[in-house]
Amino acid sequence: MAASDDVESLARAFSGVGVDEQALISVLGKWHPEQRQHFRKATRDFFVEDERQFERWNDRHILQLRHEFLRLKDAIVAWTMHPWERDARLLKEALYKGPQYNVLIEIACTRSSEELLGARRAYHSLFHHSIEEDVAFHVHTPEKELLVAVLSSYRYEGPKVDEETAKLEAKTLSDVIGKKGLNKEDEDVVIRILSTRSKLHLKAIYKHYKAITGNYLDEDIEGDSRLKETVQCLCTPEKYFSQVLDASLRYNADEISKEALSRVIVTRADADMKQIKEEYHGKYGVSLGKKIEEVANGNYRDFLLTLIARSGE
Amino acid sequence: MSTLCVPSQVPSVAEDCEQLRKAFAGWGTNEGLIISILGHRNAAQRKLIRQVYAETYGEDLLKVLDKELTSDFERVVKLWTLDPAERDAFLANEAIKKWTSSNKVLVEIACARSPKELLLAREAYHACFKRSLEEDVAYHTSGDFRKLLVPLVSSYRYGGDDVNLTLAKTEAKLLHQKISEKAYSCDDIIRILTTRSKAQINATLNQYKNEFGSDINKNLKADPKDEFLALLRATIKCLVCPEQYFAKVLRLSINKLGTEEGALTRVVATRAEVDMKVIKDAYQKRSSVPLEQAIAKDTSGDYEKMLLTLIGHGPE
Repeated sequence: MAASDDVESLARAFSGVGVDEQALISVLGKWHPEQRQHFRKATRDFFVEDERQFERWNDRHILQLRHEFLRLKDAIVAWTMHPWERDARLLKEALYKGPQYNVLIEIACTRSSEELLGARRAYHSLFHHSIEEDVAFHVHTPEKELLVAVLSSYRYEGPKVDEETAKLEAKTLSDVIGKKGLNKEDEDVVIRILSTRSKLHLKAIYKHYKAITGNYLDEDIEGDSRLKETVQCLCTPEKYFSQVLDASLRYNADEISKEALSRVIVTRADADMKQIKEEYHGKYGVSLGKKIEEVANGNYRDFLLTLIARSGE
Repeated sequence: MSTLCVPSQVPSVAEDCEQLRKAFAGWGTNEGLIISILGHRNAAQRKLIRQVYAETYGEDLLKVLDKELTSDFERVVKLWTLDPAERDAFLANEAIKKWTSSNKVLVEIACARSPKELLLAREAYHACFKRSLEEDVAYHTSGDFRKLLVPLVSSYRYGGDDVNLTLAKTEAKLLHQKISEKAYSCDDIIRILTTRSKAQINATLNQYKNEFGSDINKNLKADPKDEFLALLRATIKCLVCPEQYFAKVLRLSINKLGTEEGALTRVVATRAEVDMKVIKDAYQKRSSVPLEQAIAKDTSGDYEKMLLTLIGHGPE
């Protein structure tokens, strides 16, 4: 009966990321009270049977709905923001809400030297502290050193690379990473290399590492995921981003993973979205646009699709 | 307060270039002319002179100075002529290449410059040496020195006056505790000194003095031979009272048997346009002799003339 299709499409309008505003208007808006009641009884996970004989919204679901409705607004505000302010706010949130240290790494390592500098400046203006002082003060886990170091970097961005040094450093890394349990000195070496060398130099190290050991540097790093992410963001950012996108588009993704969808698309739409799309398609066998269409709803979906279409097919 | 004397009627850049060209022409060099021009121009003017000189005569003024001048005089003129960011990059690179643990130049650059100036120096470093300052510092230093110096040169401190007094009290206590435990290179000391803004550090050190009775540097003198402690003391001084720091460097460099020209040249060239006036006052207060007198006594020739000109006492 048409009603059950409607119920289904409405349930769908509320699941995934974003909300299908059209469905909500065209279906929900037309329903009589009995139809709405039928909907409440039919969707068990949105509503619970209250002891006083009425179907009550599941509180958790209302919270979730709030996130879903806000997704478009947040994406648009982020999109219109100056990239420096956007990154500064992302850094602050990543440090204090969560915390999500992977986002700190993401911003510190995938932005250009000037972009990272700009974010640090904006951070001064917005929060009256430097990002490095806040991270140094608030992070108490061993990853602190790595985080402060990559956030403080102002990497050389020119074309010159010293291949000999890159080879040597690749060898050093292969010796250190192979060991069981890194001691302080080993960690220092890894952090020194990853947080100070230019990206081209690091890509050369990545290449030499493969030649020496037969494996990829990030794949050899077990356990310490911050270190792994750092290497990925510095040497193979498209791979990193397509992984994050995949996690955000999964059926059972949590709120933090879902937020990554907006973050990655808004921050990379004008940067390396083309390469990210290619990498995603190659790795997961479906185009990013197709997957977004499947999982996202309404205006939010359209906004995302518009953003990724900027970088061509 | 700068001690640089720029004439109220400055000749046009083209005239300056022409005069400089004349100074180099023929046999020998007219050093007096060089001093009278370059020694009386500020950074913006010098930059313009370099630019126009290169456009007019097809040669980099610095290269010409290199060719024509020698020894200490050459070094002071060269350092002076460089734009401040390039000068810092040059000095940093020199310090790194000839790294010794008593070398405080990196600390001076990282701490006695404003956050923006340090940034410009790092940019200039990229352009001149095709690597980042921090990667070279990290590569050439080790142990506690690296632990302090890399974050120091990578810092981009908040530059405002906002201060959190509660935090200052907490961090003063923390510093005192770690120092009493002789944990001089512990994470907390390094964190505070390399990330907090100068205003915040100043507030923290004031709290330290209020609460524990003495200046923090007095508590960092446990071992006079410990060079890491010396670097720590230098860091603190450069951050909160650079004029005292530089006055001391001058005192130590001029009083030795034979002046340590390297330090003298460096301090005069890097501070003449910044705070040389207060440095001179601090110098005189402590050594009872005005700086120009000490310089005149211990140096000679064109080198002496250039130094005196930069500190505001040159021949007219």
